[in-house]
Parts: sequence; structure tokens; C-alpha cells
Amino acid sequence: MGSGAGVDLRLTLKVWRQDGPSNRGRFETYKLEAISTDASFLEMLDVLNEGLIESGEVPVVFESDCREGICGTCNLMINGRAHGPQKGTATCQLHMRQFSDGDEIVIEPWRAASFPIIRDLAVDRSPLDEIIKAGGYISVSTGAAPDANLTPVPKEASDTAFDAAACIGCGACVAACPNSAAQLFTSAKVQHMNLVPQGQAERWKRTEAMVDTMEQYFGSCTNHGECHEACPKEIPLDFIAWTNRDYIKSKGKNRKLAGQK
Amino acid sequence: MTTETINSKLPKDWKTNIDDAWTNHKFDMKLVNPANKRKFDVIVVGSGLAGSSAAATLGELGYNVKVFSYHDSPRRAHSIAAQGGINGAKNYQNDGDSVHRLFYDTVKGGDYRSREANVHRLAEVSVDIIDQATAQGVPFARDYGGLLDNRSFGGAQVSRTFYARGQTGQQLLLGAYSALMRQVALGSVEMYNRTEMLDLVVHDGAARGIVVRDVISGEISAHSAHAVVLATGGYGNVYYLSTNAMMCNVTAAWRAHRKGAMFANPCYTQIHPTCIPSSDEFQSKLTLMSESLRNDGRIWAPKGFDDARSAGDIPDGDRDYYLERKYPAFGNLVPRDVASRNAKTVVDEGRGIGPLKNGVFLDFADAIARDGKDTIAAKYGNLFDMYERITGEDPYSQPMRIYPATHYTMGGLWVDYELQSNLPGLFCIGEANFSDHGANRLGASALMQGLADGYFVLPYTIGNYLAPQLGDEAMDTTEEAFVTSMQDVEAQTQRWLSIRGTKSVDYFHRELGKIVWDRIGMARNKTGLEKALDEIPSLKEEFYKDVRVLGSANTLNQSLEKAGRVADFFELAELKARDALHREESCGGHFREESQTDTGEALRDDDNFSYVAAWDWNGEGEAQTLHKEELESVHVERTQRSYK
Repeated sequence: MGSGAGVDLRLTLKVWRQDGPSNRGRFETYKLEAISTDASFLEMLDVLNEGLIESGEVPVVFESDCREGICGTCNLMINGRAHGPQKGTATCQLHMRQFSDGDEIVIEPWRAASFPIIRDLAVDRSPLDEIIKAGGYISVSTGAAPDANLTPVPKEASDTAFDAAACIGCGACVAACPNSAAQLFTSAKVQHMNLVPQGQAERWKRTEAMVDTMEQYFGSCTNHGECHEACPKEIPLDFIAWTNRDYIKSKGKNRKLAGQK
Repeated sequence: MTTETINSKLPKDWKTNIDDAWTNHKFDMKLVNPANKRKFDVIVVGSGLAGSSAAATLGELGYNVKVFSYHDSPRRAHSIAAQGGINGAKNYQNDGDSVHRLFYDTVKGGDYRSREANVHRLAEVSVDIIDQATAQGVPFARDYGGLLDNRSFGGAQVSRTFYARGQTGQQLLLGAYSALMRQVALGSVEMYNRTEMLDLVVHDGAARGIVVRDVISGEISAHSAHAVVLATGGYGNVYYLSTNAMMCNVTAAWRAHRKGAMFANPCYTQIHPTCIPSSDEFQSKLTLMSESLRNDGRIWAPKGFDDARSAGDIPDGDRDYYLERKYPAFGNLVPRDVASRNAKTVVDEGRGIGPLKNGVFLDFADAIARDGKDTIAAKYGNLFDMYERITGEDPYSQPMRIYPATHYTMGGLWVDYELQSNLPGLFCIGEANFSDHGANRLGASALMQGLADGYFVLPYTIGNYLAPQLGDEAMDTTEEAFVTSMQDVEAQTQRWLSIRGTKSVDYFHRELGKIVWDRIGMARNKTGLEKALDEIPSLKEEFYKDVRVLGSANTLNQSLEKAGRVADFFELAELKARDALHREESCGGHFREESQTDTGEALRDDDNFSYVAAWDWNGEGEAQTLHKEELESVHVERTQRSYK
């Protein structure tokens, strides 16, 4: 397997095509011959588009950028699963060796009312930025920072904060959730900051603001856990539990802190 | 070609007192008082480390900032993909590091083709970056006492690299992005996502604003400001295959060049030694495996030619650990340019490995035997997983296959010490400028430079330009300069759709990439470069006649976006070849086969080439004019770089 000694696959693709947000969409069927198992999934779509351009058809719009699983731009439902069949893998890192000769592959955009379709497979994920805007930061202006080693951070806390911070903001959690909740995305950012000492001053304010903003745009979490299954970074569900705890506490804490003024 | 002097606005005392030169320069610069900052509009293009950190900081200071990004969110910028780490001269490891040592290593690593004053400032502010990022909550690696951990990187003999597993760029960018979003929430920064800059507006010799296209609606609009900051990254995708993201391009910088901003040292490109070799013709990009792997991995190739045995079957006696053999002092941690050229030599000799014989081994067997699999997994687990996903091979049980790939571009828009181009009001920061790395960048220094420029340099220097303009309004976008520029952009957009040729934009990009890689890649020579100057224009002519861009301009049209970017790559490629041809010396990432030592190392010609080559646009179809900025070595003695 691998080693540049790829085997060729014949594939049938059913791809969602839609000209714009208010147009009616439809599935188009395309046949591909000779896709190497060494190709990535998106390289397979590049080949499809080359062929479409050659035959005078407008190529399929799909989004990607880094193609190494870190920027979070790519976002495809592949055979009904966000980012496809391989666990812990973003669409761009999925390779064709995960498929077999003769397979039919259904490719759709992220499914969520809060992610309206722009064109074909591209969707608008800007509500995720709104959640970050609501408090996904530690308020430290440039120049105001003390020496980095002034505050020791227990390695375990730092490592766990990293596990949360690894989120790439792709929105697979929303697409996979039956409620289209963004709880995993929100919790990952909340806990990244709530777990480190630097994030304590704004802990309760941040938690309340981010969760409330999430609720404005997205559905509510009912603990299905589909988000974790789809997450290319396998962000643990623990963060949702901890955020729920912090959220409840924040309702009281924020009043109490205000009372201290 | 001319040799007129360029005013690089170096601090007055940099030769006599480099330790305080930046501090003194800051004192000499004019300030804008806090209440007046809101009277100035600043445009920032790009939202990577440099752009986000600059925009956030300018917003904090009180300026009105507009940020433009072609991504759907600022967090997607390609800084996010940087793996290994960020240098900071903290000396937390007590191993002899200092600001001066980081300065020295960077000047030497850049093969003495950078400005000493700039590099010293970079080393000075490196320590502040680590503080700032830590305060933002960036989860850098820590030891069991809770203090920050470091590792070593190529070109250095101290451990000064701070890291966050193999995702340091991601964590630093998310830090800068969160600072940016805080300012967006506070209203000091206005964010324009999915908006691509397509022209710089220049009036009376100064930058006045930009013209952009909304990539969703296709709407073209103009935005004016008192200053424009380009933070638009490097031009590595001129090679088509590189470690850059698919959308990385030179367009913003190139359009500024066409409006009079000089482009410096385009031939300086860094080829990163440890990337996964390409496997077939559909390959869309090359994936980097962090340089940090060279801390524990040993690079080798079979001693024999066309050795088809699998790695495990090749006994130690038949292996050539060529970096350890040739460079005992630095071993596998030689700088990137040296490691890359040696891999090329091995493969060119016919000792390459893998099905296409296009790689060398990076072997962890000894490290796993020494430290245990768990330790290695804790350090590099995500990289090993990534490797396995891409190749289908398990690097715990067999060595990785690696080969060099284009990674970073040291050249870029020419800027003075204050990061301002030769066009007043146009600033350029991060990889997009040419400033700090000379002819070769050391590992873990790109993140450092992007954040240095954005957090700690530009926010001071921009005030020096803005202060005298107090009371002046930014230009009205209904004025002629803006209207003409919008018409030009509109016409160019329509042009791509009207060609109706037979071949895709990607086809031309791939073909261009092959020429650039073959002729202006890891090794260059006069004949090849002259051929490139022949081949590039003729392919470009075909592109303008035969490219096929389908669809329309008033919708999301990725081929249309790419067409404009590839057109700019054509012009850049030509300049790159001309720059490489004129520089008849080898230095850092620029290796001219005619100029090498007896042992095949890069041989500089300090007498004739110790200058920055800054090229000035002369109009369509005309060769650019060369301006030289002479470089002086005052604090670091120039030697033949040796890592033996």
C-alpha cells in the first residue's frame, strides 16, 4: 500500500451542485476512470474539475487551502459523513486508498441551516467567528505581557488546554450534529482559555458570552456525541461537560463578580 | 541597471551601538498622540501572523483599521500550517543563548545578505513575542515544573525554539486571531473576509488605498486610507508544487510592484529539506515534515546505486549517513539550504530511495530504541500520523521518505528599516517583505519575524509616517486614481472570461512550475536561467491566448481568481530568473553551480554581490531596473559558512 505504487480506481461521484444560495440544488453524476489510490480526495476532485473544464462545463466549487489538515477550510460530507470515512482526518488528508474500485461516492456540502450554501459545496461558516468575537480571547494588549516564565502552568493543564486548542474551526461538529449545535467548537475554545492561569480573569464572562452567542446561531447540544466522531482533531467530549459546568457556574459568578464592584 | 543609493533609513548609530540602535530610533520617531490615532485609517491586507498581529495592535492603539482577507475567516491564513516552532532568545535553558547569539546565527544563516540592524532588532523583540503569546494563552510545551520547554533547530547550537507540539504556527496564529477578533468586537478593526486585493491605488507618488473584489458577489470596490500595510505572505507557489497552501499567491505584492514598489531578491527561495516526495502527476501540493524531526531522526541513503532493498534490509555498513559524515559538528541539524542541496546530490547520483527514487530516508529507529516509542510519539505523534495518512506507511516501523520542496521565500517587496516600501504610505510585513532573512532563513524564524513585524515594529514605525499627516483626510474614493484603478480591475476580470481558450488555469500553472523548478530551483546555472527567460514569456503568451476560464464574474468563481494569480506568477517568474542570472554567486538558498567551493558548498562573492537587488517596474513587457542597496557587515564577520 502507498509508496507511490498506487492502484487505479474507477469511481462514480454524485456531487451536489447549486448555483447560489437561493437557487435549487441537484445531484450530478460523474464517472471517473483511473484515480490513483495515492491521490488525496481533493486531488481526485481536481481531476474531476480538469475534466469538466475540458468538456466546457463549469467546475465544481469546493473549498480547501493548506491541504495538510490544519487550516480548517475544507468541508465535505462524504457518503453522509463529515470529512468522510477515516477517523480523525480532515477531507484534505483523506486519501483514495480508503476507497475501492467501483465505489459510488456521494459528496455534499456541510449540512446546517446556520451554514448557508454559497455555491456547490462551499458554505458560509461566519457564525463561528461570531462566537470567538464574543469572548474567545484573553484581553492582553500588545506590550502588556509579563515574562513568559513568571507563571508556571502545570504540564497536565497545559497539555489539556492544547488538546482543546487543537480545534481547526472547520465546522464538522456542526455538520455532524443532529441539532446543528456548535457545542464542541465553542467548548474547545472556552476550555482552552479556561484551563490556563492566564485565562482565569475572564473565565466566567467568557463562558457565558460564548455559549449564549452559540445559542443565537446554532442548535442546542443534547449530548449525541456525533461531533466528536466527526472531528478531524478528535476533540474530547469532556470539554463540553466542563463548559456546561462552567456555564451554570458563570450565571451565578458573573452576578457575584458584578456585586463586588 | 543603475547603482544609485537607496535610503534604507537605518538607525543613525547602528554601526557604533547596535544594542541600543532600535531603542534610540524609536525615540527619534514621531508619535501620534492617543487621542489623534482615531483620526487615521489604516488598511491591512492579509490576516496571517503578521497581518493579524499588526491589525490587532494598531486597533489596540486606537487607529481605525480595515483588514482584508480572501479567506472565509482570518484564522485560515497559511501561517497556521507552520509546525516546528518560534525562536526566542530567552536563554531559559541556560545554554549560552543571548540576543547577540540569535542575531549572529541569523546573519550567518542568511549568508550575510541581510541588514544587520534589522536582524538585531528582530532578535531583541523575539523575547517579547514569547511573553505576548504566553499571555494570550498559547499552550507552548512545558516541562513538569510548569515552565516553558525548548528544542533546538537547524543552524543553531542552543535550544531556543519554543513550540506547541507540531502545531506552533496554528497556536500562534490563533493567538493573534483572538487578539484581532477582540478588536473587531470592540469596533476598532473592521474585517472584510472573502475579499481579494487586486490593485494598489497610488496618487502623487504615495499609496492611498486599494481596490478589492468580493469573491462571492464579484463586486469590485475601492477603499482609501492614510496607509496600506501588505501582509500577504510569500510567492512559493510560483513553483506550483510547494508546501504553501493552494491559495497562497504573490498578487497583492505584485500589483504593488506594478504600481512602483520595488521587489527585492526574488531569486532567494528556501527549499525545505524534509517534505514528503511527490507520488504522481496529480499531486497538488507537497507536505512538509517539520524540521524538528531532524532532532531525533537520522538522514541517510544507501551507499550503493539503485539499491532496491527495503530500509530494514540494508545493514548499517551499506548506509551513508551523509550529513553526519560531512558535517560532524552540526550533523543532521545543518541549515535548510545545506540539508536540501545534499539530498539533491544524493538523488542526482542515483542513490535515491522509494518507488520513484526521489527521496532519502529520515530514520527514527535509533531514537525509538534509545527513548522508547512513547517518548517519540509524544514529541512527534501528530507528524507521524500525518505521514502515515499521506503515504500509507508507518514511520514507527520504517523510515520516512523525504525530499526537499519549496517552502519559504526570503525575497519580497523592498522595505526600509521602518518596513515602508519606496512608495510612501505602503508598508510590507512578514514573509511578503524581503527584510530579515538574507539569502536563507533559519528554522523557527518565520513565525518570529511575522510577529515581530506585526506586534512590535510596524505599530511604532507607522506612527512616524502618519504623524505629519494629522488633519489630512484620506483620499476620496470617487477621485480619479480610484476610479481608474477600479476600471482596470474590472477590465482585467472580464479579460480572463473573454479569452475562451482550451486549457485550464491549473494546466498553465503546472507547466510554469516545472520551468521554475527545473531552471530556478535548488541549483541554477547561466544556461538554464537563460532558457527560463525564453520559456517563461512564450508560455505566458500561450496563457493569454489559450486559457479557459468558464462561468461568470459575479459569482464565486475559483478559476477566475486563479487566473489573475497565475498571470502575476508569470511576471514574477521572469523577474526571478533575471535576478538569479544577474547574481553570479552562490549564497544561502541561491546556488549558482558556477560558484561553489571545492567541496561543493555555496561560494559567495562579497566583493561584487554584497547588496540587496531591488527591482523597479518599468511597464508591461519591459525589463525591470536594478537598484542596489549595499550591505555592510560591521558586527558579524563574514566567513565562508561552515557547519563542519
